[in-house]
Amino acid sequence: MLQDKDRIFTNLYGVHDPLLKGARSRGDWDNTAAILARGRDAIIDEMKKSGLRGRGGAGFPTGLKWSFMPKQSDRPCYLVVNADESEPGTCKDRDILRHDPHKLVEGCLVAGFAMGACAAFIYVRGEFYNEGRMLQAAVDEAYEAGLIGKNACGSGYAFDVVVHRGAGAYICGEETALIESLEGKKGMPRMKPPFPAGVGLYGCPSTVNNVESIAVAPTILRRGADWFLTLGRPNNAGQKLFCISGHVNKPCNVEEELGIPMRELIERHAGGVRGGWDNLLAVIPGGASVPMIPKSICDDVLMDFDSLRGVRSGLGTAAVIVMDKSTDLIKAIARLSKFYMHESCGQCTPCREGTGWMWRVMTRMAEGKADISEIDTLEQVTKQVEGHTICALGDAAAWPIQGLIRHFRPVMEERITAYKARIASPARMAAE
Amino acid sequence: MPKLTIDGIEVEVPAGSTILQAAEAAGIEIPRFCYHERLSIAGNCRMCLVEVEKTPPKPIASCAYPVGEGMVVHTDTPMVRNGRRGVMEFLLINHPLDCPICDQGGECDLQDQAIGFGSDHSRYAENKRAVKDKELGPLVKTTMTRCIHCTRCIRFITEVAGVPELGATSRGEHMEVGTYVEKALSSELSGNIIDLCPVGALTSKPYAFVARPWELAKVDSIDALDAVGTNIRIDARGPEVLRILPRLNEDVNEEWLGDKSRFALDALKRRRLDRPWLWRDGKHVAVSWAEAFSAIADKVNGLAGDRIGAIAGNLSDAESMLALKDLMVSLGSANLDCRQDGAKLDTSRRDFYSFNTSIAGIEEADAVLIIGSNPRKEAPVLNARIRKAFVAKGTPIGVIGAETDLTYKVTHIGNDPALINALHDGAHPFAQVLRDAKKPLIIVGQGALARADGAAVLAAAWRLAASVGALLPDWHGFNMLHTAAARVGGLDLGFVPGAHGKSVAQMLDGGVDVLWLLGADEIDTARIGSKTFVVYQGHHGDAGAHGANVILPGAAYTEKSGTYVNTEGRVQRGFMAVNPPGDAREDWTIIRAFSQLIGKTLPYDTIDALRARLEQVNLVFGRIGYLPRFGCSDLSGPSGDPAALSDAPFVPAVANYYQTDSISRNSPTMAACAQTASEATLLAAAE
Repeated sequence: MLQDKDRIFTNLYGVHDPLLKGARSRGDWDNTAAILARGRDAIIDEMKKSGLRGRGGAGFPTGLKWSFMPKQSDRPCYLVVNADESEPGTCKDRDILRHDPHKLVEGCLVAGFAMGACAAFIYVRGEFYNEGRMLQAAVDEAYEAGLIGKNACGSGYAFDVVVHRGAGAYICGEETALIESLEGKKGMPRMKPPFPAGVGLYGCPSTVNNVESIAVAPTILRRGADWFLTLGRPNNAGQKLFCISGHVNKPCNVEEELGIPMRELIERHAGGVRGGWDNLLAVIPGGASVPMIPKSICDDVLMDFDSLRGVRSGLGTAAVIVMDKSTDLIKAIARLSKFYMHESCGQCTPCREGTGWMWRVMTRMAEGKADISEIDTLEQVTKQVEGHTICALGDAAAWPIQGLIRHFRPVMEERITAYKARIASPARMAAE
Repeated sequence: MPKLTIDGIEVEVPAGSTILQAAEAAGIEIPRFCYHERLSIAGNCRMCLVEVEKTPPKPIASCAYPVGEGMVVHTDTPMVRNGRRGVMEFLLINHPLDCPICDQGGECDLQDQAIGFGSDHSRYAENKRAVKDKELGPLVKTTMTRCIHCTRCIRFITEVAGVPELGATSRGEHMEVGTYVEKALSSELSGNIIDLCPVGALTSKPYAFVARPWELAKVDSIDALDAVGTNIRIDARGPEVLRILPRLNEDVNEEWLGDKSRFALDALKRRRLDRPWLWRDGKHVAVSWAEAFSAIADKVNGLAGDRIGAIAGNLSDAESMLALKDLMVSLGSANLDCRQDGAKLDTSRRDFYSFNTSIAGIEEADAVLIIGSNPRKEAPVLNARIRKAFVAKGTPIGVIGAETDLTYKVTHIGNDPALINALHDGAHPFAQVLRDAKKPLIIVGQGALARADGAAVLAAAWRLAASVGALLPDWHGFNMLHTAAARVGGLDLGFVPGAHGKSVAQMLDGGVDVLWLLGADEIDTARIGSKTFVVYQGHHGDAGAHGANVILPGAAYTEKSGTYVNTEGRVQRGFMAVNPPGDAREDWTIIRAFSQLIGKTLPYDTIDALRARLEQVNLVFGRIGYLPRFGCSDLSGPSGDPAALSDAPFVPAVANYYQTDSISRNSPTMAACAQTASEATLLAAAE
């Protein structure tokens, strides 16, 4: 359980002033020049030591990622901040953008300095209109106060922050598609290698980080990696914003330590599952892309990267979607399949063709209008998509279905059998 | 050079190569749809999956993955096979499988690879996707439901053709390839997307439902409709040429072909001269060869040699030109000319009239100046090479001439001939660009020479080339861009006025009493003297045949074995694909037969003997296909006074790309293209 003194996002709920004056009172921009004065290597080492793992879903160590940027470059280097938060169930970055934007702006400067970037581009999801305005206001304030710009925080380092608004495509949250979109092209993921740290935005070395990863960096550097390591569990250090939605009494965003038991997270912060813990059916623990886990696993699983991977799911963006026993799981996953079909960029074959196929079969499965053998076919199709695509959207489309089949295959079979019995029933035929 | 092992075969490839390229070097074929060696890498079809040891346990797209030292690659493991089978299944679920009515059938990559990786049944029980067809103009037929979204066409049009008119709209399974706002493709190279399309989504509109590839006899030949000498393959069935495709030649056309050369073939069946005709009593009457010949013999016999003349047309092969020249010489005539447009070419040295840098050499140039030419219209395939150099290195390109879109960024210096001398004097900033370049390249078009001050333009251009360092012992940067396939060959074998001989202009207006036109249709026929007896030898009832007294039916370039010399001076040989229609004959045999009738028998009975004579006339004709590159050690320029330039702006040699010669003018497809292009121009003007 995270203590108040260890909170980073102290204005998560927007009760205080989100702009510069309020931010300063919460400790932001407090002697940032001193952090920069430690030098690039010291900052990256501290970040590495803190064990911060990327908060965008994949959980790649942030400090390590920064260290991939070239030490010397004849081309400009860029920091790109991924604020295209579109993962269903996830709404953590949104609260940072609208209630604590200076954490992000300061993080941009610190992270950008550490990787030798001359500018940060913040790609804000198109639908986040007000959030984008708030962020822009914060950026303008920071420029005016000399915190960023030609002589950022009086350090002599020149650093620009550009807010760019997307046009509403889930795929633009994929780092290379985001770069393409930022360059004004159609948002389609690039092949890797080359990785963005070598050839990124406008062909220059770039690092793409999630909003939350960047926003926590100044606090970590201020309070020290050792402090951060005292939170969470080994290899899963620190705190994290959790977004709890679905069939809970009080859906909320909350900052908690990594490794908190899922049951405690839901019961303490979200008012518990609707109708009590025993009414729980399944939980999608990390945003729509990760496989769901049934109640039996939820009972004692811990909310961190490694624990959830251990139960063949993932922490993802830590968007906990709770489903009680009133949920039609097949229909729910069919809806997610439709989402992935709609958001596939259409570039590479398995995802373009596979997501449509999966959605169509899932739609029939939701009704039961299928053959039991088709469950195996469906699972094979998900395997044919998974790992064969340019980006991870193919995986993301496959996993929810795999999770459903893994844990709730009897439900699917039952639905099919019931449908068959219904259409074969003579009473119905007579009625027609 | 990294060394890697692919399926147990060790192979060493240049750093930066991809696994797919390394596999090709090792002789292992990897299936692919989107990958094409002349286009950027898209990596979207996912067919080329391979397994690489010591990487995360998932298949890797070999077309985009760079090789590394000591890499161990497997191309035939269960993981690879399953991956490819999966991709093939996905490609086929929304493919209509209408192979029986698809023109790509028999030469379809999807069909071929489905044999290797396809399933014998479909697991897809849903409805298939249907996509509305796109209208891309008179050449490319679309069946977009068949599209597998490899984006080769998009990449070709954007990267090689330089006319970014194709793109993908929508996303996911609704992604569609098209022009967004419906329009005809304006590229002169658009036909190549038909070859590039791995499936039947883009097929040839004129060729739709005409033939199956296995019915066609395939003959290698050389394109005669422009001076690039594009290597082509003629596909014929029986007496009909049905299709013309490019053939690979890295030094000339890579694997591209201009639209005119590809699609003008429907003219080969229209308005053909298939029997001799004689002008008698105010009209052309069909006659026998004997009658036609004796009518000419009656005129020629006893006539002084200098009253007889011959003009060779743009499509003529070297053999027939030499035979005609030999005939004229035997008749005592020196009135010969192959320059219908009157271009003031200096034939005293070969490098005065050829593209000395060579087409492949364009890629080496680091500055280009184009004088009085629109290479996009005059030689689209060569223009693609200039664009390639521009894309690869950002080569600065200057233009003196009409301002048009050449598909790359140019510095438009102006359209005043005097600017050539201004560059020579350093009075224009582009002069410094040329001087700073290590390998500057100057291209002179026929539009700059086919005018009264042509000789002055030629001399001024040469002087400029010399002064900016384009003429070096190891680099010859002076280039003549021709528009006629026959031109360089004609100049090489001396089909130009001999001593006291008359040029085209002098032969017109009654300059000669008998005028032999060898497929010459681009002269001003109205200026032929009313008393002049005209013999027209050719294959189409075009301008030259209209007023002719005798018409001798010859063979089109697809119907004869012929030697052509392209603008570079490269001697290439095409083979006969079909027989000439009706009584028409190969051109040199006609001249040979006539020479016998008038008792001046030419000393060759076979094409080989004639070719031996060609080689005797000029050694270059013995060097087939190969082009040695020379530097320039003699800087003395062509005759002509560089100061005698007029101030008339340059007019491009080719105004209408689609209709330039007797074949393309008689082609309904080319007429449709010309109309589409002019409508597009009008529309753009209206906006």
